[in-house]
Amino acid sequence: MHHVILGAGPAGVTAAETIRKHAPHAKITLISGEPEPPYSRMAIPYLLEGKIGEDGTYLRQEDGHYDGKGIYYKQGPVTSVDAASKSLTCADGSTLQFDRMLIATGATPLRPPIEGLDNPGVHTCWTLEDARHIAEHAKPGVPVVLVGAGFIGCIILEALAKMGVELTVVEMGDRMVPRMLDETAGNMLRHWCEDKGVKVVTGALVDAIRASGETAPAPAPSATPFAEEKPGFFARIFGGGSSEPSATPAVAPAPTAAAPSHDHPLTVHLKDGQELPAALVVIAAGVKSNIEFLKGSGIDTNHGVKVDPYHETNAKGIYAAGDVAEGINLSTGHNDMLAIQPVAVEHGYIAALNMCGIETAHRGALNMNVLDTLGLISSSFGTWEGVEGGERAVLHDKDANRYIRLEFDGDQLIGAQCVGMTDHVGMLRGLIQTHLHLGPWKDKLIESPGRVAEAYVAVMQQGPTAGYTGPKVALPA
Amino acid sequence: MLKALTIDPGKCTGCKQCEMACSYVNEGEFNVSKSRIRVFDFHEEARFVPYTCTQCDEAWCQQACPVNAITTNEMGVKIVHDNLCVGCKVCTIACPFGTVNYNASTGKVMKCDLCGGDPACASACPTDAITFQDIEQTGFDKMKVWATKTTAGTEPTGPNAPA
Amino acid sequence: MGWTGKVLRIDLSNGTSKSEPLNMEWADKYLGQRGLASKYLVEEVDPKADPLGPENKLIMATGPLTGTCASTGGRYSVITKGPLTGAIACSNSGGYFGAELKFAGWDMVIFEGQSPKPVYVTIFDDDVQLRDASDIWGKSVWDADKYIKSTHQDQMIHVAAIGVAGENEVLYSCVVNDLHRAAGRSGVGAVMGNKNIKAVAVRGTGGVKVKDFKAFMDATNAGKKVLKDNAVTGEGLPAYGTQVLMNVINEAGAMPTRNGADVQFEGAGDISAEAMAEPRRTDGKPNLLTNQACFGCTIACGRISKVDETHFTIQNKPEYWHASGGLEYEAAWALGSATGTNDLEALTYVNFICNEQGIDPISFGATVGAAMELYETGVIDDKVTGGIELKFGSAEALVQCVELTGKAEGFGKELGMGSKRLTEKYGKPELSMTVKGQEFPAYDPRGIQGMGLTYATSNRGACHLRSYTVASEILGIPEKTDPLETDGKAGLVKAFQDATAAVDSSGLCVFTTFAWTLEDIAPQVDAACEGNWSVDKLLEAGERIWNMERIFNNQAGFTAADDNLPQRLLKDAAKTGPAEGLVAGLDKMLPEYYELRGWTQEGVPTNETLERLAV
Ligand SMILES: Cc1cc2nc3c(=O)[nH]c(=O)nc-3n(C[C@H](O)[C@H](O)[C@H](O)COP(=O)(O)OP(=O)(O)OC[C@H]3O[C@@H](n4cnc5c(N)ncnc54)[C@H](O)[C@@H]3O)c2cc1C
Ligand code: SF4
Ligand code: SF4
Ligand code: SF4
Repeated sequence: MHHVILGAGPAGVTAAETIRKHAPHAKITLISGEPEPPYSRMAIPYLLEGKIGEDGTYLRQEDGHYDGKGIYYKQGPVTSVDAASKSLTCADGSTLQFDRMLIATGATPLRPPIEGLDNPGVHTCWTLEDARHIAEHAKPGVPVVLVGAGFIGCIILEALAKMGVELTVVEMGDRMVPRMLDETAGNMLRHWCEDKGVKVVTGALVDAIRASGETAPAPAPSATPFAEEKPGFFARIFGGGSSEPSATPAVAPAPTAAAPSHDHPLTVHLKDGQELPAALVVIAAGVKSNIEFLKGSGIDTNHGVKVDPYHETNAKGIYAAGDVAEGINLSTGHNDMLAIQPVAVEHGYIAALNMCGIETAHRGALNMNVLDTLGLISSSFGTWEGVEGGERAVLHDKDANRYIRLEFDGDQLIGAQCVGMTDHVGMLRGLIQTHLHLGPWKDKLIESPGRVAEAYVAVMQQGPTAGYTGPKVALPA
Repeated sequence: MLKALTIDPGKCTGCKQCEMACSYVNEGEFNVSKSRIRVFDFHEEARFVPYTCTQCDEAWCQQACPVNAITTNEMGVKIVHDNLCVGCKVCTIACPFGTVNYNASTGKVMKCDLCGGDPACASACPTDAITFQDIEQTGFDKMKVWATKTTAGTEPTGPNAPA
Repeated sequence: MGWTGKVLRIDLSNGTSKSEPLNMEWADKYLGQRGLASKYLVEEVDPKADPLGPENKLIMATGPLTGTCASTGGRYSVITKGPLTGAIACSNSGGYFGAELKFAGWDMVIFEGQSPKPVYVTIFDDDVQLRDASDIWGKSVWDADKYIKSTHQDQMIHVAAIGVAGENEVLYSCVVNDLHRAAGRSGVGAVMGNKNIKAVAVRGTGGVKVKDFKAFMDATNAGKKVLKDNAVTGEGLPAYGTQVLMNVINEAGAMPTRNGADVQFEGAGDISAEAMAEPRRTDGKPNLLTNQACFGCTIACGRISKVDETHFTIQNKPEYWHASGGLEYEAAWALGSATGTNDLEALTYVNFICNEQGIDPISFGATVGAAMELYETGVIDDKVTGGIELKFGSAEALVQCVELTGKAEGFGKELGMGSKRLTEKYGKPELSMTVKGQEFPAYDPRGIQGMGLTYATSNRGACHLRSYTVASEILGIPEKTDPLETDGKAGLVKAFQDATAAVDSSGLCVFTTFAWTLEDIAPQVDAACEGNWSVDKLLEAGERIWNMERIFNNQAGFTAADDNLPQRLLKDAAKTGPAEGLVAGLDKMLPEYYELRGWTQEGVPTNETLERLAV
């Protein structure tokens, strides 16, 4: 039996190891899309901060880990797949036959419709290669513009800020992390960041990124006249908002034209006319699944690869897992893309079991995130926005920068978000995932949402087995 | 021999000697806020519940860690390697028992490591509410022993393994 | 070192706070907690100051072993000039508050001045704030605790608060921490109320270090073993709590009953530890649910009880249908024997209310006992009591009294003055069972002679916790002496007083001394603290503390004449039991005591003594 796994991220690696455990003699090939050892994208921010070296991002630390497990590691990428003949082709032209295949090719950053994305100094932050480019430019004190303050954007924000750059974040939505936190929490983050010297621009669209001094291309009448924008521009060049040289607003474009310096070779033009100088522009404007190579393969895709509860695609023997797969969302019961690390691992694990013939249905993954924004830690779980007819518990302590919002359906917790609270946060996952009935504790939580840990321990103790109840997302068929 | 930290809340008096022992062993000072074990006080029900990592089979924390900073040793104990941990906190939201916690002063996470096989909390407990016992001898069905088991001797079986 | 080395000083009048280094020179002489804080107090407060005025200060102090793994290392004390007595007051409490204060980084907090409006103080590590308490002023300790934890979204905050009794400056109101542990005596709660502090909320995330961890672990482990192997601390106290004494003391004929008229209470069995553990006839459940330890305590004598839901006290009050701190011996005695009441459920309920409203049950029960005697002898009538039929043995009357006292309503206002002022008001001062204005507790000096001297000379007014000679006279710890004998008691009392002052200054609980001597304690203190803390040094510190307190009281206007006992104990012989026919032989002990102390017969420390002790 030959198992071929496309993608050497957490989903792919977990699957390979799981298959090895259950099928000691099977042949396993793990194909990567990048010329690196299997690594974790999530660790990139910490690489940038200098907390770890590149080897610290590797998913497994021991030398010869994959060889030792008899997992054959091959460089891809894969360019096409034929489900019917169970074969695939790699970029180098090589082909491979398989009995079972797992698609775990993850996602790629979206390239939003912005002019000038190909300029040198404009990067996404997704791969080790990206990280190397960013590290090259992001020197202390240089102006950096980060486009996108979603979850991944905020993680990158933290890393850039720690690198000491002069950071401006531009977010299209009306607040930070709009898909992870509500308005209150998002604004807490924003104020926190602003207090720490990060400039946050929300509700703004980036129009173009141009070399500084370069004017708008001729057929761009909408571009704002140059001179009008200068005060703000000056202020940023010369630093210190207070010393904004508004006394000389009439200065002609000349200085700007002279400005394309090594300090800020780029200018980011916003739709509303604002201009932001930058030595580096980092794009974090969402991701899309890596499914192009599946065109014509016979495998059904939507935004990602469609799978059944066993993570098998419409093509027998072909499975999908991780960011690329549309697995079940525990909160909605529908198939959905939850592009987070723990879910990728869960998917990889479930898919691998099924590939080995151990039939295991996935009950669904829980959406959850944790974010450290310059020391302010936030997290969100499940249906944090709540459901109609459900009850809500909220506590907001502005002074202490703490916030907690719990959402209930009946007496079950279905979603939660917190800011400034880290102790025992995992219990929120436990409560949501096990659908434990909170009984009288629901009212106590509505009165005092901070008592989550107590509530959890109390209801766990009265759990259905009169004692310990481990959360189980999947049961053997 | 398979041994487990066995907790009997009925015997706990809420003295917090376990929290102090744990923080002393792990932090070199008495600091209950950094203890890996916590005693919950259900005042109105007259009940104290010591609570820590069960070294669960599923090892959610380990599976979620992006950099392999949590591993399982031969006793089934999930151990955080400080040199590898980047402090991303994903394990803290992934552990559904809430027993990996972020330690802001180190920028890393902390969880119970069974003190390398000689649990200080159990030794410190004056009432035997926390004991370190031979799993066979406890005679309990594993599922019924609340918050008290290790998967000693077995390999972790992944995040969704059946019990 | 065991100390954090930091003192938090809060100026309530100006709403400011500052951190200052602990005076280590004083720490070397007075150790911590009671001794060290008293040193700060005597240096900073005029002995003649009005206890209920801005010139008085209130200190919350921990000991060097507070917040360590030493068994019982969780104590703190509240030190101030007491309003009930006018003497120096130091009330010790367990629970978790003291340790938390230490984890927040403070050896002690000194409150000075007076806040212009009700505040509660939050001490979250270094972050100290005075916050508006208008939402909880007028509310109970329990409500304040809940409010603070939910306002700050942190269940791990520990709160020390006053109830309405403290707000109303009831002279024996206490400071209650962790819902049912109290710095109970001498009216320290009234001082807090007078300063307009509703509560102090603490959360600490720091650690406590000791001088030599290895030696400390060895010493504390050895200490824990001694406690475990001892019959009292290893078995008696955990199983029965201090209530283990109820039947013992009653049999010894040393249980002050019905305001001290008798020395044995026929209802003792009904309110004893044994009764608490027995299933009730009504619902088949026992009053006692479990025992609870304070921070770090390996004894766990605390009682957690639940009142019978059908009992008249709470049948219509579901808010009390839960567990909380149950009866300790002193409370059971005061609410029970002193008032002649044997209704265990009623006593438990009244004890709940005392905790909730912040009332010292000893002084309260004893004062009700005195009021009952006034009522039964016709000195006061229904008009005075507002219709309460204040008969000995009436649980209903007791319950009515407690509900009025904290609120200072009706007759409760008079009860709140304490028995001395109450009986004086009605021309019967001889009916007040007090020394220096403070009600004495659960041991009758006619049956335990040493306790007579203990009460008479206690620096905070009548009190058992200044020298618990009951240990020796009844329990034979460290060696048995005859309770009916006065010979040798002067020396015994002095030794207990000095040793206890040292223990009270360390962060440990005095109950450990049922099993520990200073030989067990010194190595623990020494491993934690710089300064070569030997047994001798501890004893010397204890004696120094005792003299320092005495001088403060003398300067406050107390004289040898105040080292006295109520006439009833000196004149009316015990009617029953082993002590039948005996009165308290104070006159046989006091002169010798003064001499042993190195005091003049006027009760004044000689210069020689002061020099020897370097007070
Ligand atoms: C900067 C950053 C920070 C993040 N932080 C967090 C976080 O804090 N928490 C969290 O939960 N998640 C975080 N994530 C998301 C998380 O990294 C992903 O959800 C996770 O990596 C998904 O794993 P995966 O295995 O599905 O895909 P990936 O990790 O993307 O792996 C895909 C693999 O497939 C390979 N591949 C792609 N195309 C092909 C092809 N055609 N042929 C062969 N191989 C191919 C790739 O080279 C790669 O090896 C972060 C991501 C980034 C970029
Ligand atoms: S920390 Fe949580 S997930 Fe990790 S082993 Fe312990 S209980 Fe399991
Ligand atoms: S915080 Fe540390 S141990 Fe936890 S998942 Fe992140 S890197 Fe791993
Ligand atoms: S076993 Fe050790 S690390 Fe775990 S809770 Fe007990 S003392 Fe702490």
